Formats: sequence, structure tokens, C-alpha cells
Amino acid sequence: MTRLTNTVNVIVPVGALGTGVRASNLEEGLALGADAIACDAGSTDSGPAYLATAQPKYSRDAVKADLRLLMLAQAKARIPLLIGSCGTSGADAALDWTRDIAIEIAREEGLSPRIALLYSEQRPADMAAAAAAGAITPLAPMTTVDPAMFAACDHIVALMGPEPYVAAIEAGADIVLGGRTTDTAVLAAIPLMKGADVGSAWHAAKIAECGGLCTRNPREGGVLIRIGTEAFEIEPLDAANVCDPYSASSHMLYENSDPFHLVEPGGILDVTEARYRAVDDRVVQVRGSRFDPRPYTMKLEGAAGGPFQTIMLVGIQDPKVLGEIDRFLAQMQEMMTARIYAVLGKAIGDFNISLRAYGWNAVSGTTVAPPATPPREVGLLFVATARTQDLATLIAKTCNPLFFHMPLDREMELPSYGFPFSPAEIERGRVFEFKLNHVIRVDDPMALVRTVMIESAEFADAQG
Amino acid sequence: MPRVNEICRYIRSKNAGPFWITVDLFFKDRSSFDLYSRSEALSAGRLAGIFGVPEDSVKWFAVPDLNVVKFSYPRTAPQGGMIERDMHGGQQFARLLEIVA
Repeated sequence: MTRLTNTVNVIVPVGALGTGVRASNLEEGLALGADAIACDAGSTDSGPAYLATAQPKYSRDAVKADLRLLMLAQAKARIPLLIGSCGTSGADAALDWTRDIAIEIAREEGLSPRIALLYSEQRPADMAAAAAAGAITPLAPMTTVDPAMFAACDHIVALMGPEPYVAAIEAGADIVLGGRTTDTAVLAAIPLMKGADVGSAWHAAKIAECGGLCTRNPREGGVLIRIGTEAFEIEPLDAANVCDPYSASSHMLYENSDPFHLVEPGGILDVTEARYRAVDDRVVQVRGSRFDPRPYTMKLEGAAGGPFQTIMLVGIQDPKVLGEIDRFLAQMQEMMTARIYAVLGKAIGDFNISLRAYGWNAVSGTTVAPPATPPREVGLLFVATARTQDLATLIAKTCNPLFFHMPLDREMELPSYGFPFSPAEIERGRVFEFKLNHVIRVDDPMALVRTVMIESAEFADAQG
Repeated sequence: MPRVNEICRYIRSKNAGPFWITVDLFFKDRSSFDLYSRSEALSAGRLAGIFGVPEDSVKWFAVPDLNVVKFSYPRTAPQGGMIERDMHGGQQFARLLEIVA
């Protein structure tokens, strides 16, 4: 099969910054002729806490190690480095956290890149006003646009498309660190800027969004995408790894509710007609990807802190208890609830006690059909949820004797289940909740984005 | 008749954003894909019942090029709330393993 020529090539070294960039991958990618290095540094996938608190998921050292390799490759090859969804959530504070790491690396390595920072966090009051003005619509399964939902968020981010990245590069940035961005937009930006085929750019970006996950051996590093004028190619950076039509096309299924369509800020990627062919034993070529422009929308993600939890754990080996575990759990739930009201009264307000038997049905939460029986040991997790940490702990301490000693039947001797910790109760902190599943219509892709350009050397001096 | 876990090479579930879970069943070959993708046992209605969601909320796809049946359903509560049992949705596939066409 004929290889594509005059392509725009992007190194995607890793699925998420901080999970382990390989220096050898970057050398291989640069040797193949790369026009940019791009990757993503965030997602909602790890849960609402990271957005609600704007705290990153990965360690500072892990992110710094990866970013150092990327910045050195950028400086050596003098090609743009684009990183989206910085600091997991892409909230302003998470982007600043990433910026400070980049400045530190620049100082340590004697680099002086021009860095563009793209902020896309939104003020809850502004979004509540936009909701009231009718600019926001819900995405299924949500059906409502209540301005109060927006006002209740601790942090809201709008997912950027490629336009702010293109504008930053055109304005002379060497490195672009973005707030929350669609996974695909950050990879598609340079190919789109350089006039590559639009459908191919978006499709290649979707296939490569998780780095090597579209290859046969996802643990063997990242990929290079080459976008041409009517098709694209994808190949693993590691010479021993393989990308084939099956591994590449399967990635359209991944974390995607629809395998043929992907909604992006300015349109919809449609891969219904896309055809995947093996170029050789490790490179795949794809044709027929389409991008249908639509009015520009940005997805909104919002999260907030909710009530607090205190947990306890016991291990149970007693075969009599395990033999009637459903009766045991129902009885414990009932006795704990009664005990809470007896001791603490109605003043306790809303609370929740959740008993989860690991080894039995903790993950599913459903009734186990016979003839299944529990294993030799079951771990029983107690979770109290209440409006303050003190109340949750009060509930846990009040339930402690039952959790420790409740017999299967009243006339039995008092058993003692196996606590692994002292103190038995663990203050787990807040429950965090995703509040939004909406899109906002904007006339201009830059309307909700604030770009700040910094000269890393001067910035470091100013910071002292 | 074989069970789903005997004729699939791989079955996985995962979040598709904080509000949806998506499930992919990779069948071993075209004949088992043809049999199961047309079977009532893996219809949107039956799957909705298994996961406790309305039938019309289930998105269902056959992907013949990959011998895959894919479906997505809304979470009953958003990811990570007060009673989260599977943060990434990665264990929900297990409910499907014993299905027979």
C-alpha cells in the first residue's frame, strides 16, 4: 500500500501526562519527522473530587518527570508542545500548578520557552446567568437547566476545542498548557492549523487520545499520527510494537457511548464510512473519516463538595455468619439505624449508613442468586454519610459496638469481627459530586477562553 | 447454547463520561456475533432490565467490522456520589457473563 506523503505528524507520547513518558519514544518520533508533540493531562474519569477541589490526580514528581522529557524534546526539535486538560481537571488552579512545574523545569534545564496558558474555568455565577439566558442546554440523561445547579458548583470548566491552541501557536508560543480541553482537540490542533484533512485530523486524534492504547501492546509507549490531505496513518513509536486495523478501530469504542460519532465543540466526527487498512505489519492507514460542522458549543463540567463520610472495615471469617450473610446484613442495617435514633434522636437529621460486603455483593449492590455462597472471608465496609465530618464520625462511633460484636442471633455468644485498624473509624472526608452535563453555545471559540502568554525566563525571575 | 462469556474473546465496561457506562462485547467470530447481535437476550430491552434503566435510554450498536455488540446506558446516579460502588464502571460487565442467546 502507498504511504501518505506531505503529512502533518504529531507525536502522542502518552495517554496522560504523569503516567510515564519514554525518552526513547520521543527520539523515535523526532527521527520519523514530527511537527508537534501533543498529549492530554486530565479527564473526568477518575471521579469528581479532582474537579471539585482543582487538585491533580498524579504526583507532582511524576508529572514533572514526564514534562521534563517533553520540554527537552521540544527545545531540541523546536516544534510545538501542546498539553491539554492540565492538572487532571483543567481548572485554573490545576493549570497554574502545571505552569509552575514547567517554569521550574525551564530554570533547571536552562530553557527559555514562550509558554501560552489557556484558561477555561468559568465562574459559577456567570454560568448561572448564561443558563437563565437560555444559552445552555442539557445532555442526556439530564433534562433540566436550573441556574441554581450552576451556582452550586465549586468549579466549572468549559471544554476547549483546537482554536485557542492554534491561536497561541500562531502568536508565537513554543509550549501551550491548556485548561480543560476535549482529548481530541489538543492532538488535532496542529494538523488543522496546517491544513490537513479535517475529518482525518479529528479521527486520528480520537484513535491516539490514549497514546498506545490503540496498539497491540498498550504498555509499550505512545504513537505517531500522520495526517494527510485525505487520509491518516497511525504507527507505534516503539519499533517492536504493532498497530493493526483491529487495535486501531477498536479504540473508537473506548469510553465512548457511540462508536461511530463523536461530538466536538464545532461539529461531529463521523467514522461510519471509515476504512482501516494495514500499510505493513505495524502501521495502519485510515480513509473515509468525516467531520460535519455544527454551531459551536462547549461542554461544561462542574463539581462540588457534598456531605462527609466516615468509614470502618471488618473482616469476617465466621462460617455461621457467612452462611446467612444476607440476613446478617439486613439485621445489622436495621439495628444500627434504630441505635442511631435511640442515642442521637431526630436531631441527627439526614444521614445514610451503607454496608458493603466485599466478597459478596459490594460492587454490584444486588441480591446474589442461589446457589452462590460467600468465600472463606468477607470484608465488610461500613460507610456513614452525614452533613458534617463530626456527625459522620459520631454515627460511626455509635455503630461501632454493633459493627464489632453483633451476633447472627440474639442468644448467641458475642462474636468479635476482625478490625484491621485502631482507631476503627476513618474520617474519609467529603463526598464530591458531578453537577453538570450541559453544553453552552458560543459565537466565538475564544469567547470563554483567557490566554496568557509568558516568557518562562522572565516569569521565573519575577517569581524570585 | 453457549453463554456469552464462552463465545466472547473479551467483554469490558467503562465510564463514558460521568453519566454513562458503555459495554463492549467482542465476539470470537462472525457466526457468534451474528447469532448474538440478533438475539433477544442482548436486545436493548433486556439489557435495560439487567441494569435497571428505561429501555429508551439504552444506546445499542452492532459493529460488524469488529464482531462487536456495544451498548451504553445512563448511570442511576452520577459517578462518584454518596453510594458509588464502581467508580470507573469497570466491573459492570460481569452481569452479562451468564447470558445465553
